[in-house]
Amino acid sequence: MPMYSEKVMDHFMNPRNVGEIKDADGIGEEGNPVCGDMMTFYIKVKDNRLEDVKFQTFGCGAAVAVSSMVSEMAKGKTLEEAVKITPSLVAQELEGLPKNKYHCSNLGAQALRRAIRDYAQKKGITIEGLEEKGEEHEEGEEND
Amino acid sequence: MGNAKPERRVYLDYVATTPVLPDVLEAMLPYFRDVYGNPQSLHYWGDAAREAMEKAREQVAVLIGSSPEEIIFTSSGSEANNVAIKGLAQGQSGKGKHIIVSAVEHFSVLHAARTLEKAGFELTVVPVDKYGFVDPDEIAKNIRKDTILVSVMHANGEVGTIQPIAEIGKIAKEAEVLFHTDAVASAGNIPVDVDKLGVDALSLAGNEFYGPKGSAALWVRKKVRLMPLMDGGVQEGGRRPGTENVPAIVGMGEAAELAVKDMPSRTGKFSQLRDRLINGLLSAIDHTILTGHPTQRLPHHASFCIEFIEGEAMLLMLNSQGIAVSSGSACTSRALKASHVLIAMGIPHEIAQGSLLFSLGVDNNEADIDYVLEKLPPIVDRLRQMSPLYAKFVKEKRG
Repeated sequence: MPMYSEKVMDHFMNPRNVGEIKDADGIGEEGNPVCGDMMTFYIKVKDNRLEDVKFQTFGCGAAVAVSSMVSEMAKGKTLEEAVKITPSLVAQELEGLPKNKYHCSNLGAQALRRAIRDYAQKKGITIEGLEEKGEEHEEGEEND
Repeated sequence: MGNAKPERRVYLDYVATTPVLPDVLEAMLPYFRDVYGNPQSLHYWGDAAREAMEKAREQVAVLIGSSPEEIIFTSSGSEANNVAIKGLAQGQSGKGKHIIVSAVEHFSVLHAARTLEKAGFELTVVPVDKYGFVDPDEIAKNIRKDTILVSVMHANGEVGTIQPIAEIGKIAKEAEVLFHTDAVASAGNIPVDVDKLGVDALSLAGNEFYGPKGSAALWVRKKVRLMPLMDGGVQEGGRRPGTENVPAIVGMGEAAELAVKDMPSRTGKFSQLRDRLINGLLSAIDHTILTGHPTQRLPHHASFCIEFIEGEAMLLMLNSQGIAVSSGSACTSRALKASHVLIAMGIPHEIAQGSLLFSLGVDNNEADIDYVLEKLPPIVDRLRQMSPLYAKFVKEKRG
């Protein structure tokens, strides 16, 4: 039985929105190569909406699929809507992730949130829901 | 890429397990169907099963240059290692409590030693160099009056490095300390002779040399005291109770005999294919390191770290092209930790994540290697184009 769902494999083999936005409005990094996964999200904002989202990911199949899914979910959303994307929503959209991958690889939503925070700080604006802890990736959890 | 059926299927994961050779399977079948007796039984069926088992014991003994009566059949290499480490340590606990193992041992040795440590034994884990070599002097330096056991693996399954076991054997003998070697990755693949290696105990597994899974053995030199892990009957001299797995044992015996006969031709073929893979891969993909020693390595083993990308991602993409390999990256391990072997060799975590290991076997040919050399570089390229580490590297290089 394959470890990953068909949806995960599809997003891993054919990731959407890979790359860098040269003049990004916000950049967010999450993870580190020690735990195996690292993601960078780039966003372009127009009229309070994510006009473009791109990512770069170092990591396993799940990490790539999560990044791709997050980028797809976020694109076109308002900033307030985008910060509501949580790791569990991402996992749900991917039709599940292996249990042991859930914490280590499911960092896309946090990376996106960091990019949005970067944008908010630059602009000096507040975004509803941005600072809520929600189910953020806990520091150090990847070392378990 | 994706769901299409691959052009070719290439198995390059023989260190994970080998297939069972047709002759081995044929040898095993009667012991499921006809000769199904319990070897401990004193009737016709028991006699026939016992006879087959004793023949297999001789075949395995020939493979490692030992006496047949010193072979204890077990269910896996891990079991053999556990029986060796725990059984030998407990058998000598009257003499002392200190054990020495290397940092690159298989977990069935390393964790068994840790378990003993929790039970009051003292453990020294000796380091390795960048090739994964244990320095024999390091063993000598760490042997104390109360040292009762040294365990250093013969060859490492992750990086292929073959350890200087004979040298360590001399040191252990001089110090009158028992010496065990985990030869699971090496036995049946390179010459193993217990006397030349100077060991007192040695583990091996049939499914590393075309025997079935569930076939393995521990060899323990005569008169060495070993406490059994399990209590039970008289099987294997009481050192490993439980009804013997006769078909598996017969299969391991047959595989051992074939290994003795075919080792020179297999080694010649494998090392040629291995070098084709190593040279081809290193020249096709930049920022790639060969892990383990370039020459002192298993003939059927080639292992690498490919920088800026992660092993599981490569493994999955290779799988979609029909190529089966392993990786020591954190993401491929259930514990989500990078290979302790690569880390012990001083390879930084982010590079260890790019671990990829290929192991060759009897079904491989040059076309298989060329297929890998054709399919892997574009996969690496694709993943690097996705990688923030590669993007950073490229930017820094440009200045």
